[in-house]
Parts: sequence; C-alpha cells; structure tokens
Amino acid sequence: MSIIWYMAVMAGITYLIRMIPFTLFRKKIKSPFFRSFLYYIPYAVLSAMTIPAIFYSTGNLYTATVGTAVAVVLSYFGKPLTVVALCSALAAFAADFIF
Amino acid sequence: MKSDFLKGAKDGLPICFGYLSVSFGFGILAVSLGLSVLSAVGISLTNLTSAGQVAGVGIIAAGGSLFEMALTQLIINIRYSLMGISLSQKLDEKFSTFHRLLASFGITDEIFAVAVAQKSVSPFYMYGLISVSALGWVTGTFLGAFAGNVLPSSVSGALGIVLYGMFLAIILPPAKTNRPVLIAVLIAAALSIVFKYVLAFVSEGFAIIICAVIAAGFCAFFFPVHDEEKEAEE
Repeated sequence: MSIIWYMAVMAGITYLIRMIPFTLFRKKIKSPFFRSFLYYIPYAVLSAMTIPAIFYSTGNLYTATVGTAVAVVLSYFGKPLTVVALCSALAAFAADFIF
Repeated sequence: MKSDFLKGAKDGLPICFGYLSVSFGFGILAVSLGLSVLSAVGISLTNLTSAGQVAGVGIIAAGGSLFEMALTQLIINIRYSLMGISLSQKLDEKFSTFHRLLASFGITDEIFAVAVAQKSVSPFYMYGLISVSALGWVTGTFLGAFAGNVLPSSVSGALGIVLYGMFLAIILPPAKTNRPVLIAVLIAAALSIVFKYVLAFVSEGFAIIICAVIAAGFCAFFFPVHDEEKEAEE
C-alpha cells in the first residue's frame, strides 16, 4: 500500500481528534468514568509503547539497558524531558564502547 | 495581534528546543524503519505528535491495515480531545470557529500545558506558540532522518532511545507520587510484555490499544479522578 494513504489516515484522524472537541465542545465532560479514563490513557499508552520496546531501541540489549537505567533514575528525580532523553542516549552511546 | 503572536512565539521557544532533540530521534527511527526523509518530514508536519507518530511508523513498517492505523491514532491521541475541551474554556472572544479550526491542529501535550496556564488565550498567541514549536519538530525530524543515513551506527543506535527516554520522563514522575497512575503504568507494561513474548501474533498497534484501554479502564473504574486540577495538568 502506498505510504500516502497511511499518512492521510494518520494526519486526518489526529486532526479530527483535536479539532472536533476544540471547535464544537462548549461544556465539560460530566461522566467521572470517562474523565478518569482520559486522565489515565496517556500514561497507559506511553508505558505500553515503552516497555519492552525501549530494550530494542538501540539494536543492542546491553546498551539499551544502560540507557534505560539512566532514563529511569533521571526521570525518578524529575529531570526535564530533554535532559532525560539526551542523557539516556549518551549513556547508551558510552556503553557501546564497553559492550 | 502582532504582539500576541510574538508572545506566543517566545513562550514556544523552550518547546521548540525540546522538540528538536526528540524529533531528531523520530527522524532516525522513521528512516531506520525504511521510510524516506520526505515521508518522515511529511508525517511530522501533518501530525505534530510524538507517541502517535512512533506507533504510526511502526504500523507502516509492518504493513498494517489502515483500520489499525486509524484506531491506534484514535486511542493514542484521544487525550488531545480532553485538552481541547479544557483549553476551549480559556479562549477569548476573538476565537471564532475559523480560528478554532486552525488552532486545533497544534494542540500537543506541551503546547496545551503552556497555553492553558495563560489567563486567556487569543488566536494569534496560539499561532505564535504553535509555529515556533512546529518549526522545532519538523526541523529536528529532517535533521534526524537525514543524519540517520550518514551517522555511524553507534550514534544513530544510541539516538534510537531518545523518544523512549522522553516517554519515561513523562510517566515516571507522576507515577512516583500518584499510586493509581503507577498501577496504570504497571498494568500496561505487564500486558505489553505478554503481547510481545506470548501473544506475538497481535500486531503492535492493536497490542498498544488493548494494553492501554485495559489499564486505563481498570484505573478509571477503581480509582476515579475527582480532582479537576489533576486533569488540567494533563
């Protein structure tokens, strides 16, 4: 299948998700379940996307594990997103000289 | 109008720099999965979102169906709907339907977080904020996709972890202090591991959807969120 169709579906759906509520919705969602569901969804999605994929992200299980450990520690201490992201890559790069 | 745009652009600068490094990782990832530089840049330009794009290029590389693509984007990006609703409460009187149609394109986690902290939001403030942020996102994607072909594999390999590192930085700080969030994170991770090693016939996009819906549904049922401020932080 041509990549242009994938791109059109991706962009179209993502835009509609943003546009429809922002343009049409003038009230707040009342359902506590739905509100809570929307609150938890980002964390659940990112967790499912990261684990276990992060261990394959560098093409080398050992360097990826080192990078992950650094990211976990820095995140735990609340470092900014960019700092965590770049330091984990730096750690994986450094580990590449060992493994 | 002009001053609103400039203020938005200035507020967008930190987002721009953050996006540069993260989208660099996306560019490398996309090219490593066999996409062209042009496709990678096109996706960043038309989507302006990290998690959805990472899952999207995964589906493209795996030759998934368009239905799977649509459903994956819906589940991953549904949070923007809530942000859109929340942000719509802050819009000033100049925000006509036309401006809403245009500005909604740029609702991301970071742009939402900055905009919703303002007293009131005008269309040109949003345009300034969005254009500077998007510039960083698209430029970083181009550089990453372009450099991914040139860089030694040790460098591009290491940069493949950038996006996932950022994801951890988003989920771990709240998980540390908020037990239901921690539970959602752990359930989703555990299910994801099961899909990867036991139910490997389920494609990646669907696996993410199923994991996320079960984890978020479980926590929404057992730990409903009452505090409105928590949601505003989203």
